[in-house]
Amino acid sequence: MLEADGLNRPDVFDCAVIGGGVIGCAAARLLSRYDISLALIEASEDVSTGASRANSGIAHAGYDAAPGSAMARLNVRGSAIYGQWCGELGVPFERCGSLVLAFGETDSRALAELYESGLANGVPDMSLISGDEARALEPRVSPDAIRALWAPTAGITSPYQLTIACWENARANGLATFFDTRVTGVDCSGDHFILNADGGASVRARYVINAAGLFADEVARMFADSSFSIKPRKGEYILLDRDDSTPRRVLFQAPSAMGKGVLVSPTADGNAFAGPTALDQTDKADASTTREGADELRRLALRSVPGLNLRAAITAFSGLRAVGSTGDFIIRASDIQPRLIHAAGIASPGLTSAPAIAEELADILAAQGLALKEKPGWNPVRAPIERFAAMTTERQAEVIADDPRWGHVICRCETVTEGEIVEAIRRGARSMDGVKRRVRAGMGRCQGGFCAPRVIELLSRERGVPMDSITKSGGGSLMLAGPIRESARGFASEEEARA
Amino acid sequence: MTGVRVTDVAIIGAGPAGLAAAITAADNGANVLLLERDSHPGGILRQCIHNGFGLHYFGEELTGPEYAARFADEAAKRAGRVTLMTDTMALSLSGDRTITAVNPHDGPLTIKPGAVVLAMGCRERTRGALGIPGTRPAGVYTAGAAQRLVNLDGYLPGRRAVILGSGDIGLIMARRLTWEGAKVLMVCELMNYSSGLNRNISQCLRDYGIPLHFNTTVSRVHGAERVEAVTIVSVDDKRQAIPGSERLVECDTLLLSVGLLPENELTRMAGIELDPATGGAVVDERRQTSLPGVFACGNVLQVHDLADHVSREAETAGRYAARFAAAGSLPAPALRVRAEGFTRYVVPQRISAKPEGLIDLYYRVSDAVKPARLVVKSSDGGTILSRRKQAMTPGEMERASIDSAKLSGDTVVLTEAI
Repeated sequence: MLEADGLNRPDVFDCAVIGGGVIGCAAARLLSRYDISLALIEASEDVSTGASRANSGIAHAGYDAAPGSAMARLNVRGSAIYGQWCGELGVPFERCGSLVLAFGETDSRALAELYESGLANGVPDMSLISGDEARALEPRVSPDAIRALWAPTAGITSPYQLTIACWENARANGLATFFDTRVTGVDCSGDHFILNADGGASVRARYVINAAGLFADEVARMFADSSFSIKPRKGEYILLDRDDSTPRRVLFQAPSAMGKGVLVSPTADGNAFAGPTALDQTDKADASTTREGADELRRLALRSVPGLNLRAAITAFSGLRAVGSTGDFIIRASDIQPRLIHAAGIASPGLTSAPAIAEELADILAAQGLALKEKPGWNPVRAPIERFAAMTTERQAEVIADDPRWGHVICRCETVTEGEIVEAIRRGARSMDGVKRRVRAGMGRCQGGFCAPRVIELLSRERGVPMDSITKSGGGSLMLAGPIRESARGFASEEEARA
Repeated sequence: MTGVRVTDVAIIGAGPAGLAAAITAADNGANVLLLERDSHPGGILRQCIHNGFGLHYFGEELTGPEYAARFADEAAKRAGRVTLMTDTMALSLSGDRTITAVNPHDGPLTIKPGAVVLAMGCRERTRGALGIPGTRPAGVYTAGAAQRLVNLDGYLPGRRAVILGSGDIGLIMARRLTWEGAKVLMVCELMNYSSGLNRNISQCLRDYGIPLHFNTTVSRVHGAERVEAVTIVSVDDKRQAIPGSERLVECDTLLLSVGLLPENELTRMAGIELDPATGGAVVDERRQTSLPGVFACGNVLQVHDLADHVSREAETAGRYAARFAAAGSLPAPALRVRAEGFTRYVVPQRISAKPEGLIDLYYRVSDAVKPARLVVKSSDGGTILSRRKQAMTPGEMERASIDSAKLSGDTVVLTEAI
């Protein structure tokens, strides 16, 4: 379906982006400043439904990637422009800094190597510090940590907020979006591509950006390009309620033969999480959590923060990183179809690199012949949905006087009002998860136990659709099986009327 | 811009606890401001349309909404003294008893009461708190959320359900879903006993042929978009899964009735001492917390089995809140009440410096004990009360009344197997 009211809706788009994750949306946002017609094609019902909704939410400093790699270059560039992007887009971003902890001499040597990589990659302001200095920066760090690599430029953000904000901003600047549109085949025979989707829809475009995440290799093959493959690597997480044991900085463990180690980190919303695990698998659809994963996370998280209150677990989730066969980001024009530009294999540090990848994609498009002329009136600013809980009392009084729905708290745990939820729906949320990602309703400790029925009602009312058509996350994820028998319905509404 | 409201007693929550506290506080001379986040008073009872309420309090059997309506009507009769503010969410409570709240009509509010009664109730434990692995499809609900969907909204959450946990709401919902034409395949209980009332096991499961599997839990959720199945597994006496006992059960819904947690975010915010065993505030026999002039009652204090007991407890809190508001103080907590043996917790956890009359001690045991002996004694050795009971289970709250005149020091509530 065509969701957004794009200003430009020609027969043939100048450029179509396949994939509404953070990479596709960042690219769309950057390209929306140019005088081209632009489309976003997304297989699911919303943006940010793949890896962009389930990752660490960290803007890495950039010492991890191998010097000379695209990952290293784009990470450091991405980190440098993150503040500007998040500022313009109204997305939370805090440079809280990261510590990589060493628990022994082998770890310490690994820190030294990371530090050297960081210098080579151009990461600013790093230092190797003692365990005590690390504990001075973050008192919750384990007494067993003997050294640390301190990188003050690392930060935390909300990956889905960033993705949604990029999309909203691109849309305001003319992007057309096709949701529930999974590209299944491409006709490359003409002077433009015809992207055919299941269900019979098709989108025509002269240039295509392949930002299809896990499925980028399959999309490439539709263009007869089989130059790379993508493997899913599962990462499980445990999210914790706000607590005195929540660290204020991102805490990594030194990479070892046993893997990169899990991290304990605050989230942009003040929670803490432990994660991710790293498990290579073949199934691109299996984002389930496991008992083994949870056990591993608990054990390793306590190694960094012995006082971490794991009983405050709110939920567990997992994401699938899109790991490319080259070991690096694959950002280039296709050798087979030069007007197909890949942004593939975007595993970590993909979230950090997203703004820089967008810049690079624009450069490649221009090099491949797409004229990118700045569009008059492009607006880089996207206003976030104001959070009631974060407002001053005066501001709360003002917004409620203007619209009483802002004084009606729906989600108790996160103090989310009807006004915020209605605004989320107005901006494009169509499902429970769509509302949750935009305004946090249902994201707190009761996990929607109280507010889910009310959010279903609001989605139904605002969208003018029946209650039992509301989904958790689109497709067949229906929340309700249907109305109860008519006689009993009568009883229910009678009770409502009487009470 | 924001009005400051002054009142004798502010009560947070107009469920069964808040309503009863409001009535009693008003009858003891207080002006009462009753804050309710929902659009109607009654709390969770509004969706409890089954009967079984009021047998103790009214001596007759009522439905939840009927039980709540009796109290709401009584509160309404005292309209001069009790002001009910609906759609009003309390946002904070500070150490000087100041409450901030918000509603669509008045906007942000600041309330300065002489005394506060906490009556926020409880919430349900979730899948995330249990850590059940698997996919995250639609169709996993807490039993209470499902109850609201069916009873207030008129929608079925699913058609083939597995219920994990034999708490009362889960048992009630097994019957309710069956009445609505859904198939309830089974109730799984991790323990070897139910935390629900015996009458509910009989009337909600046995009468409908719904199997109750003890020592069984759900180890995995399956399904990409909607629940398609769950894996159930037997557990040993250490609650560890027994390898090889896994069984796949096809269903579209998983309901969780795995425990209730008092909602004490505001309590914590005010720095009030909490009891880790109850999840509620530490209180004395008047239900006064560690913060003078702040009282707690109902499920925010301890998860009750019966609304009738909630009402009684709330009356105590309401009476003394009114007295505190008038007098400006009450005797401070002085003596401790300690849980020993199989006693998991006791409420109240403290006895004030000047106790009066009979004091009801409510307690739960940590494991099924049969037969059991309860001994209430002074820490210096004198036995105040001793009695035997055929069986005590964690699912049934026990009560022991003691004469405050017999108290001479800290009190021990000991449950032992005999």
